[in-house]
Amino acid sequence: MAWLTLQDLTVDLGGRDVVRGVSAEVGAGELIVIVGPNGAGKTTLLRTIAGLVTPRSGTVRVMGHDPASAARRVIARDLAYLPQQYELAFPFAVEEVVLLGRYARQRGLGLASAADLAAAHEAMTACDVMELAARRFDELSGGEARRVIIAQALCQGAKCLLLDEPTAGLDPAHARAVFAMLRAQCDRGAAAIIVTHDLDLALRYAGALWLVAGGRLAARGAPGEVLTGIATREAFGVDIHVGELPAGGRFAVPA
Amino acid sequence: MSGFITGTSGRLTASRLAFAVLASMTVAIVFAMLVPHIGIAFDRSGRHLEFLGMDAYTPGTEAHTIFWIRMPRVLAAMLVGGALAGAGCALQALLRNPLAEPFTLGISSGSSLAAVLAIRLGIEAQFGGAGVGASAMLGATATLLIVWQLARVGRGLPPATLILAGVTMSMFCSAASVLIQYTSDFSEVSRMLRWMMGGLDSMQLSSVGYATIPIVVGLGVLIAFSRALNALAAGPEVAASLGVAVPRTQAVVFIVSSLLVGAAIAVAGPIGFVGLIVPHALRAVLGPDHRVLIPASVFGGAVLLMICDTLARTVTAPAQLPTGAVTAVLGGPFFVMILVGQKRRAAMWGKP
Repeated sequence: MAWLTLQDLTVDLGGRDVVRGVSAEVGAGELIVIVGPNGAGKTTLLRTIAGLVTPRSGTVRVMGHDPASAARRVIARDLAYLPQQYELAFPFAVEEVVLLGRYARQRGLGLASAADLAAAHEAMTACDVMELAARRFDELSGGEARRVIIAQALCQGAKCLLLDEPTAGLDPAHARAVFAMLRAQCDRGAAAIIVTHDLDLALRYAGALWLVAGGRLAARGAPGEVLTGIATREAFGVDIHVGELPAGGRFAVPA
Repeated sequence: MSGFITGTSGRLTASRLAFAVLASMTVAIVFAMLVPHIGIAFDRSGRHLEFLGMDAYTPGTEAHTIFWIRMPRVLAAMLVGGALAGAGCALQALLRNPLAEPFTLGISSGSSLAAVLAIRLGIEAQFGGAGVGASAMLGATATLLIVWQLARVGRGLPPATLILAGVTMSMFCSAASVLIQYTSDFSEVSRMLRWMMGGLDSMQLSSVGYATIPIVVGLGVLIAFSRALNALAAGPEVAASLGVAVPRTQAVVFIVSSLLVGAAIAVAGPIGFVGLIVPHALRAVLGPDHRVLIPASVFGGAVLLMICDTLARTVTAPAQLPTGAVTAVLGGPFFVMILVGQKRRAAMWGKP
């Protein structure tokens, strides 16, 4: 059974159709990368799957639940969502921010249990933020803060991950490490949908690529084929060139 | 700070915090109860504190003053200070704005308007201070409902519209109060002004008793929501993704905080700055975790108001200052200090 099911999803924001007729299924182990030009509806699609936007028509199912109407605590155990913008109103420490990810699994005042601490430790190690644990979140650099909130999403322990530009602002090494880590999560049975503009990383780590243009799922399939396809050229207005690296592996650049 | 979650920080442990709370509460209570009547008596066995003597039932003795006049006042200061600071802390978390306060949301202006109306319409003459207090509570609730309706966008409660609605209501209510004062006679105006300054004098043990249960229950509810408030610091969408029922949390915390403020105002009149300064100062020391910060603010507010009220009745003795004036006079410079400190830190980080 698919974990995430989208059926003929149409979303309008302020009277304008931003997502039009998207249908798809995502199951265990899949790593989907969404690419597309600015304003194509990628973020809205992700927010709709997360239940933060109610679609005008069509259905979303996350593990059988409708994320827009089910109890948030139930959804949060299955689905973690990392937004593009993340602003913390108060100066929490990094480990506190990561442990906020355990919200749906705690009760009462939520004093961290051994399981919570273990999950936080694992997530922070995976995102290479362990040495930042005691630092104040608002004093981190942009890239460090980004890694911390990826750790928060991981710490949630959800099977499905929705990440909106997780590597924006990250240096190349950390950006690659994040994708490698997400790949490893999916190889262990998680499912992830990632919006990114980093075509190289998409090409290298995605199981399947979705091209979103004008709110529609304009193309989907193997990353190399989608990137070099005609739909991608039309969407971006440039050709994407996929080449072989001398040491093996591939790269993608606008031609 | 972070040690509360992981138990690793050596800076501040739960037991040290509990000790600080207990110590400061004890000192403040003793100070507030005994100043200026220290109640020291001399007899053959030497000097001892006399205030526990049986003559508490004889009017005119110091023990009588301390038990029947002072104690209700100290208890009221404790309750009102705790309610204002706890509600202020929760509202700051809810609005994601460290400068939010019961008073910026128009709640105090609304209840002041109701109290002024009550005095103008002769409700005070008929029902006494309790009538004014009840009117103030009604005014706080009505203002809350109006602000809520004005600010609501769908099921959500965006902080920006909430503050805007609060400021609008606040300005309207202040203007209406001035109009009513303008049409009132001199003795009414002086009573209105006296009430609007906020004070804890002539407190009855019974009226303190009525306020105790709602305030204690309300603060308990806020503490129960403190974890959701932590998650809300990252914004309503992130909080929802983390599993917080955001609309319900916003509704409960906003209503409960407003009722707490209403109850505090009904007891003591509008007393400003406590709800702003106490959470602000404690956040700098304890960190922003609301599971610690809300209870700490409750105790901090209680201590601060007990001290301010003691100053209010002793500094110009035998005349008494309005307690609200003392908190404002102490609070103003403190607030400027916070602001300057923030600016300096902001300059250091190169952030606006």
